[in-house]
Amino acid sequence: MPLRFRYSPADCWRWPRAVFRQVRQARRWTKGTVQSGEGMVTDRRDELRALTRRRSRVAVVLTAAMMIIYFGFILLVAFRPELLATLIVPGLSLGILMGALVIVSAWLLTFIYVRWANTVYDDEVNRLRR
Amino acid sequence: MDGAFGHLNVIAVVFFATFMAITLGITYWAAKRTRSTREYYAAGGTITAPQNGFALAGDYMSAASFLGIAGLVSLSGFDGLIYSVGWLVGWPIVLFLIAEPLRNLGKYTFADVVAYRLRQKPVRLAAAVGTLATVTFYLIAQMVGAGNLIKLLFGIDYTIAVIVVGVVMLLYVLFGGMIATTWVQIIKAMLLMTGAILLAVFVLAQFGFSPLELFSQAAATYNTPAEAGKPAVDVLAPGPLITNPWDAISLGLALMFGTAGLPHILMRFFTVPDAKAARSSVFYATGLIGFFYLITFVLGFGAMMLVGPEAIRAIDKGGNMAAPMLAYELGGEAFFGFISAVAFATILAVVSGLTLSASAALAHDIWVNVVRGGHAPEREQLRVARTAAIVVGVVAIMLGIVAQGQNVAFMVGLAFAIAASANLPALLLSVFWRRYTTAGAVASILIGTVAALVLIYLSPTVQYDILKHNPATDPAWFPLKNPAIVSIPLAFAVGIVVSLLRPEKEAWTRYAEVEERVHFGATGPLQG
Repeated sequence: MPLRFRYSPADCWRWPRAVFRQVRQARRWTKGTVQSGEGMVTDRRDELRALTRRRSRVAVVLTAAMMIIYFGFILLVAFRPELLATLIVPGLSLGILMGALVIVSAWLLTFIYVRWANTVYDDEVNRLRR
Repeated sequence: MDGAFGHLNVIAVVFFATFMAITLGITYWAAKRTRSTREYYAAGGTITAPQNGFALAGDYMSAASFLGIAGLVSLSGFDGLIYSVGWLVGWPIVLFLIAEPLRNLGKYTFADVVAYRLRQKPVRLAAAVGTLATVTFYLIAQMVGAGNLIKLLFGIDYTIAVIVVGVVMLLYVLFGGMIATTWVQIIKAMLLMTGAILLAVFVLAQFGFSPLELFSQAAATYNTPAEAGKPAVDVLAPGPLITNPWDAISLGLALMFGTAGLPHILMRFFTVPDAKAARSSVFYATGLIGFFYLITFVLGFGAMMLVGPEAIRAIDKGGNMAAPMLAYELGGEAFFGFISAVAFATILAVVSGLTLSASAALAHDIWVNVVRGGHAPEREQLRVARTAAIVVGVVAIMLGIVAQGQNVAFMVGLAFAIAASANLPALLLSVFWRRYTTAGAVASILIGTVAALVLIYLSPTVQYDILKHNPATDPAWFPLKNPAIVSIPLAFAVGIVVSLLRPEKEAWTRYAEVEERVHFGATGPLQG
């Protein structure tokens, strides 16, 4: 790929504009492929894009949920250890209960994803497959 | 009690010989079915979802999980549980983000996926560096752990133990390829679950089958109020493990995102027939691994109550012998022998999975796709793959011998940090980000690897614990024990910035293929 600018530190004041140009050029290229997608119906292309977005959204939401649960647990351990020492019933501290619940929540989240993927996502993929 | 350790335990040897006989029999059977590279690297894509679920669990649950976590819990109570939780939370991430795209886009290694629409040679070279760095540290950890363990459990000399492990796993990999390795993982996972469940049932039988009774007796025995100069001890609450929250978060990030970057785990997704099977297999694996870690709660507290932290520390300072000692206490010589054999089998299985993935990086990525430009006859590919396996096996044995006495937990942490900073960002960007380019991928993988290595070198663990520098005069340059919190964002940032600076038209236009194939797999409309 021919470069539109040199990576010389002396030119550093020109970098932001150069990067901006590169990105704009890139957008033109990618746009071009969408329209000329060799013999492909544009409707199907759009639906595929929508499916990709939908899958990404589900993946990001579930990943974020797992991160919030796990790091929430870790932050409680770090900042409120005395809270986790509270006994709920003899032998069961809040800390141990929450540790077990993090494992259970990991199961639940994977179950939710598999359910969604086996039904909604797979149906959509099979419909768009040709 | 001491009598059980450090000498040749006949029952353990009998159990282990049985395991060897069965697995070598399977290897013989698998060898006749391993004629193509697809069979060698990916078991011909014929492994079912439940089988792969067990094999993933077998690949992942190393001796560190079984012996290490049970030991940590038995010595410090709740603090050990922080690890068991951390080891599991990476699995949902594997499922949500990479299991299916990996199956649909790759063939034998995760570099297939990263390099799919980029220039093959540079990307594969970089990905092979990431793979080999991760696998090397993980292998050293497993080999050193194996040597120490086998020395304690069977009374064999450390060097001989390392050589035995290396040679046996090479037999599996060389002759049986992925088919034999998969079945070794499945059998090992079943043995490990059986052993852990039996132990837990025996423990709970002593406490009226109530875990809460066990926990409360442990608290009654070992909790002490604060005294002058000594903090209070509460085995059911957070103790001294987490003092710096940033350290805890950084370790958590490495555990969570490292799992999704371990080459031997990623390679397992090419052994199933389709994306749906890849998806289900992670669901099974998460269930098995989570259940296993819940059992370690019981095993750890059981060992604390029935064996006692002082006795456990007397045999091994890190507490690694807690589970075998508990077995001796509950079932005598025979049960001890069984659990020892399970621990040995566990190590063998993990090491063979690692060796197979490292040899795939050398043979499939570097030899076939870089040196031979993607075109090599099938026979040559197989021959190179097996030669690479021998090289990896010999290097693993030598590293295991040289690294005797190194801290195993530190090596595992390092492997996870490299996996999370080098492999995962490249994989995610290449699947989900249109503007990713060859230069971006190479820079991100190399800088992720180097950043993880350098920051660990500058961390307190290496500076104080290993190099024995004085903390007062020589402050560690990097304050955290695990580099993930810096190195993961850095790898993503470098990948994105370099891609924007060095645009590549072909990588953008060919992203359309990735978009198709990520949903439909190789049978999709845009095949080839």
